[in-house]
Amino acid sequence: MSSVAEYFDEMSYGPAPEADTEARAWLERHKSTFGHFINGAFIPSASGGQFDTFEPATGARLAKLAVGDRADVDKAVAAARKAQTSWAKLSGHARARHLYALARMIQRHARLIAVIEALDNGKPIRETRDIDVPLAARHFYHHAGWAQIQETEFADHVPVGVVGQIIPWNFPFLMLAWKVAPALALGNTVVLKPAEFTSLTALLFAELAAMAGLPAGVLNIVTGEGETGALIVDHADIDKIAFTGSTEVGRIIRERTAGSGKSLTLELGGKSPFIVFDDADIDGAVEGVVDAIWFNQGQVCCAGSRLLVQEGIADLFHERLKRRMLTLRVGPPLDKCIDMGAIVAPVQLSRIKTLVGKGIAEGAVLHQAEIEMPKSGSFYPPTLLSNVQPTSIVATEEIFGPVAVSMTFRTPEEAIQLANHTRYGLAASVWSETIGLALHVAAKLAAGVVWVNATNLFDAAAGFGGKRESGFGREGGREGCFEYLKPKAWLNRKPRNAPVEFQLKPVTGDFSLSAIDRTAKLFIGGKQARPDGNYSRSVLSPEGKPLGEVGEGNRKDIRNAVAAARAASGWATATAHNRAQILYYIAENLSGRSTEFAERIGAMTGVSAANARAEVEASISRLFTYGAWADKYEGAIHTPPLRGVTLAIPEPNGVAGVICPPEVPLLGFISLVAPLIAVGNRVVVVPSEPYPLAATDFYSILETSDVPAGVVNIVTGSSTELAKTLAAHNDVDAVWAFGTPELSTQVEKLSVGNLKRTFVDYGKAIDWMDASAAEGVLFLRRAVDVKNIWIPYGE
Amino acid sequence: MRSAASENVRTLPAAGSTAAEPQTNHWPRNPGMDLDLSWALDTRVNLSAGERRVATLPGRRTVKKDAQAAWLLKAVTCIDLTTLNGDDTTERVKRLCAKAMSPVRQDILDALGMGDRRITTGAVCVYHRFVAAAVEALQHSGIPVAAVSTGFPAGLTPHHLKVKEIEASVADGAKEIDIVITREHVLTGNWQALYEEMKDYRAACGSAHVKAILATGDLKTLRNVARASLVCMMAGADFIKTSTGKEGVNATLLVTLVMLRMIRAYEERTGFKVGYKPAGGISTAKDVLNYQFLMKDELGREWLEPDLFRIGASSLLADIERQLEHHVTGAYSAFNRHPIG
Repeated sequence: MSSVAEYFDEMSYGPAPEADTEARAWLERHKSTFGHFINGAFIPSASGGQFDTFEPATGARLAKLAVGDRADVDKAVAAARKAQTSWAKLSGHARARHLYALARMIQRHARLIAVIEALDNGKPIRETRDIDVPLAARHFYHHAGWAQIQETEFADHVPVGVVGQIIPWNFPFLMLAWKVAPALALGNTVVLKPAEFTSLTALLFAELAAMAGLPAGVLNIVTGEGETGALIVDHADIDKIAFTGSTEVGRIIRERTAGSGKSLTLELGGKSPFIVFDDADIDGAVEGVVDAIWFNQGQVCCAGSRLLVQEGIADLFHERLKRRMLTLRVGPPLDKCIDMGAIVAPVQLSRIKTLVGKGIAEGAVLHQAEIEMPKSGSFYPPTLLSNVQPTSIVATEEIFGPVAVSMTFRTPEEAIQLANHTRYGLAASVWSETIGLALHVAAKLAAGVVWVNATNLFDAAAGFGGKRESGFGREGGREGCFEYLKPKAWLNRKPRNAPVEFQLKPVTGDFSLSAIDRTAKLFIGGKQARPDGNYSRSVLSPEGKPLGEVGEGNRKDIRNAVAAARAASGWATATAHNRAQILYYIAENLSGRSTEFAERIGAMTGVSAANARAEVEASISRLFTYGAWADKYEGAIHTPPLRGVTLAIPEPNGVAGVICPPEVPLLGFISLVAPLIAVGNRVVVVPSEPYPLAATDFYSILETSDVPAGVVNIVTGSSTELAKTLAAHNDVDAVWAFGTPELSTQVEKLSVGNLKRTFVDYGKAIDWMDASAAEGVLFLRRAVDVKNIWIPYGE
Repeated sequence: MRSAASENVRTLPAAGSTAAEPQTNHWPRNPGMDLDLSWALDTRVNLSAGERRVATLPGRRTVKKDAQAAWLLKAVTCIDLTTLNGDDTTERVKRLCAKAMSPVRQDILDALGMGDRRITTGAVCVYHRFVAAAVEALQHSGIPVAAVSTGFPAGLTPHHLKVKEIEASVADGAKEIDIVITREHVLTGNWQALYEEMKDYRAACGSAHVKAILATGDLKTLRNVARASLVCMMAGADFIKTSTGKEGVNATLLVTLVMLRMIRAYEERTGFKVGYKPAGGISTAKDVLNYQFLMKDELGREWLEPDLFRIGASSLLADIERQLEHHVTGAYSAFNRHPIG
């Protein structure tokens, strides 16, 4: 029988290979050996070290790459440093031209990039050709635009400087674009390390960029493994690290950069929920699962890996999902008729197998469709684990493979609870045809990105990034630009002088009528509470006269305060108008007692009466500022290519710890607390350690200003000690700490437990009396995470 | 109902070799069921999710070389070769019938190694007036004649006349009747009326198979398409069909996706397989392959054969012929190298 006749009878698909001739020729041109790309040229590793990179589908060696050692990284950073001044000095338009050229260059060589990427990574050519490469080009176009309008849109910011970027192997070229495009657009220069498994498209890009006329030193690529990454992370002349990869490595980077003053963005792992309600388009949702977990072999940080299906439709849903799995095709990455390609490396394959094995041992029911699998190479079949309990390792750990785990829920509330019950918070997908339900759930999910009736949608115009242990920072959109900028207003901050410690000069009383003794307790959950340890510390005037005593808060007081703050979750959903009203009311009540507060400030700090009054007036004004912002710090509606809207919603971090600076005890307190609570955070505040009485006097103002219990909690005592507990507390979402450089280091280091957001000053004091540096969106932006909710629509 | 149907399921006959038999009797006929309105009304369709599925399909599936030739040849066997024009004449219809019997040049079939297979189109589709002529022209070919009926294309003639029209076509020898539904029933949510109407048509067809044309371009929303699909199947449609070819928008991959999923849901619930016919707008080989991919991936291998899949088309065949000749010779072909239909 002829081959046509056989196909006619069987109606099977047959092979449909994409040619790799051009890709192989490119490798051949380079003799399958690559150096680093530093200062505009390919150079070998200083040490001569090399490592191999392989083709996952066959195991064959693709090329030899240079191992980046210290000398290489130094050279790359020096080149970037040298280029940065000139690059930043270029007009926005000039940089826009470069970015535009890069976008066009990507489009002209789109197929070559796509084929090399598929070979190197193992992902299907469909994905590199139709998704990764077009999106990468789009990122350069989009950010060419930000360069063009930078001078007006970011007039009060300057570039961060030299940026070290470390990217993962799952989207090698796309992640390069996400990192490089905004960095270059906004005037930074780059030292980028691609993942050791997948460096080739980065090297090709470097070659293309040079051809496109990108100046030497602006973009440097250093290849290598984890050690090379560590050299970049630790490098003293790098101003910022942008990392995408595992939460484990993200933690290490946070710890190693603590106190260095390096700005940091981390885009880490996830265990993203995929929630299907009984009023969903079930077939649409089943197809959504394909795009969620069998996209890029499930090696996607935001993969919808936890299916949560409403009980009433669970059987039907699973039946249809299993049927759909039968028509998935797994094959060589360059086959144009497949849904899934190869797992990136044998080590990843064995990790997947191990985790699935543990899941089964813990009671999960394994389902793998009986479909044809390649006989050799690094492949894993599409897999569904059902009957998974939340306690199972496969329900909590990121598998990073084509494995969906499935659970059921009964009510929307339970769906939200199960979805949020994770250490991660990257993405979520919600399927329901009822707009009220879908948006309600989208708003409640702890995730940086939510897709309604869709999944894995990405675009340069919309920010991407996580909450919680999925990291911090955003990539894409206006919110992503700020990650590569720093405020002009903070450029000339001066190192803070250590506060003078006053010495007690005992004096005895006389026989006149004494003032009634006042006990300043702690303020927790809306009540004044005695410190757990029942110790007090004296507050002295500059003359050494006791002004009063405050409680010596300890770790248990912090624990109680955090619990109270966590319980006050209603504040986050209170109307912005309501929050504004309360901030104004606080200002009103403070104003009524301004003389008393000014006297207190003067007595504690020794500043002149005029300066003390000015501090109180500035505090009142600052409260008004945040009262004003409370209902005006709005999100945006992004315009990605979508028939629908993408809502960029600023959401409060949650529970924030605040270590007030020692100076200006009232204004420092207000300057940090007001922006946080204006946008819905609850705070646990440690007031100025030497001058805490301005804060303790404030209790009664909070009590009379309708501030709900638990929104503001105040624990007096040692900044350093209390900061330790706050920074390490895994139910605290953010810590703002102002004081010594050591305090900053400590807070950043201890924040790794739950990767909380930190905002510290490295001992360089902001001039709190200068409104341009000390209030407004600079602070509000740090008090929120932007959640992007994608809402495609149409009937 | 599922078990009753599955008893009758038998392995798929080798296609092509059975082209001489009427091609609509390989699976038990859908007997219909009571109207289950809640099922129809509870069905949800998300537009964007559907769009994404059909947008990514051509990147996920393709066939090359011999496989492509085979798939295109299979498509030929599924074509309802159609002429539905005001200027149709008996002679025009006879010419079409001749093409239906020899849709692809014998030398091309020989070169493909398919010379011993009987490759014909799935049916010839004409207005009632030409049914008798077509039946005569197709005598002994085994190719069924399909008649469009019930006041095609608007479907707004009196109901009793529509039923009479069906009966007349069946009497003239039509083995398949393509009816048009009253769009008003869908647009006003009068599902009971749609169900009754469809039941009457099915009854009037007797042993002739009935294809329900939904006129999806008039129904506008996928929700309407999904509901109308289900109600027509409940009323006993053997096929559901997108369009008359006369609406502003005819067959699209997107409405196809929705209708296929309804067919799948109907089989899931009743065990009966209902056929699918996209019509209008499928004019290139590249187009039809995407429909075939969707049939195979959403419904399964069985739905690639003419007893469950028909394509209403007039100019598609000519493009397929060119592609097949290209496959054989390696040189791009021209329309005038293939006999006109």
